[in-house]
Amino acid sequence: MTAQTASTVAAGCAAPDQAAPLPLSVDLEKETVITGIVQAAGGDPVAGAYVRLLDRTGEFTAEVVTSPAGQFRFFAAPGTWQLRALSRFGNGDATVTADRGVNEVSLAVA
Amino acid sequence: MSRDSALVSADWAEKNIGAPGVVFVEVDEDTTAYDGGHIAGAVKLDWRQDLQDPVRRDFVNKEQFEALLSSRGIGNDDTVVLYGGNNNWFAAYAYWYFKLYGHGDIKLLDGGRKKWELDARPLSKDAVSRPATQYVAKDQDLSIRAFRDDAVKAIGVQNLVDVRSPDEYAGRLLAPAHLPQEQAQRAGHIPTAISVPWSKAANEDGTFKSDAELTELYAAAGIDDSKDTIAYCRIGERSSHTWFVLQEILGKKNVKNYDGSWTEYGSLVGVPVALGDEPGKA
Repeated sequence: MTAQTASTVAAGCAAPDQAAPLPLSVDLEKETVITGIVQAAGGDPVAGAYVRLLDRTGEFTAEVVTSPAGQFRFFAAPGTWQLRALSRFGNGDATVTADRGVNEVSLAVA
Repeated sequence: MSRDSALVSADWAEKNIGAPGVVFVEVDEDTTAYDGGHIAGAVKLDWRQDLQDPVRRDFVNKEQFEALLSSRGIGNDDTVVLYGGNNNWFAAYAYWYFKLYGHGDIKLLDGGRKKWELDARPLSKDAVSRPATQYVAKDQDLSIRAFRDDAVKAIGVQNLVDVRSPDEYAGRLLAPAHLPQEQAQRAGHIPTAISVPWSKAANEDGTFKSDAELTELYAAAGIDDSKDTIAYCRIGERSSHTWFVLQEILGKKNVKNYDGSWTEYGSLVGVPVALGDEPGKA
């Protein structure tokens, strides 16, 4: 819950809890949220998968660990992004063209 | 320093769980991962609660660091093996921090929590307590820590290495993309800093690339080995990762981590800032 905790210390860079609701301070008029669920073959959500956000050149931008329900969430910028999931059940890739607001992506691993 | 003295593999770590004189320490900003399962016998350090002063923006002082390590049961002669999530960012930060306070034998677990989990190696939920010690720290070794004035003076003179993502460097993003983007500071980078994202030094499973790959990476990016180097990011943990690569794996001399990093520099009044993908002029 690092992103929304009031603190006298500079907020760290760790990825926050992926199951938490969007903090009220997040302005969807300004933020480009890329979110979704990592699913294994058969559709079961994959908890604890590592989801990597890569920019339009394929360069790493951020990484989060999925929630118990397999959810992930990034705060990016409008444009084209690649997603890559690593898990014990296999890996998977997806591409998303994101706009401001919430962008939902499905990401399957096998 | 070298890869062999600074890094241990997951195989080595699994074989040395419970070995006398070896203490595993998990370091994270959010310690819920530790609570859900950690390397057996590992103690935890909370990057924010344990390693940052609770009032002003700075590290805990020498006495606080001694009290912290004593309470965790870490002795001066112990081999400390650090690991964590977020591709070992906070573990690398703690490594640099332990070096700052002069700990002798300190190692980073290659790949950290991610490789350990992807390998499906065992994790324990058992509570860990170690008998308290009387840890004695040294004064901070400021040869590895840069402050804001050092960063300003380094413009056009030293190697400045910005290890954030390309979009943060250029000023298109203000924070890593798993965090909301509204921030107080200006966007951009320190003029003349080269962009070498920390992630270029790591494989996707979180392990470090080979010595040959790392040497080529920084040579191609334009690091001049005849000059001192300052690495920075947003708050100093991703740049600890790069500091570790440059000084501890590759053995480069006179490398400092600027822990104030962009959240400090980008808030300073009157300092130069460069925007866009090029380093810019001094």
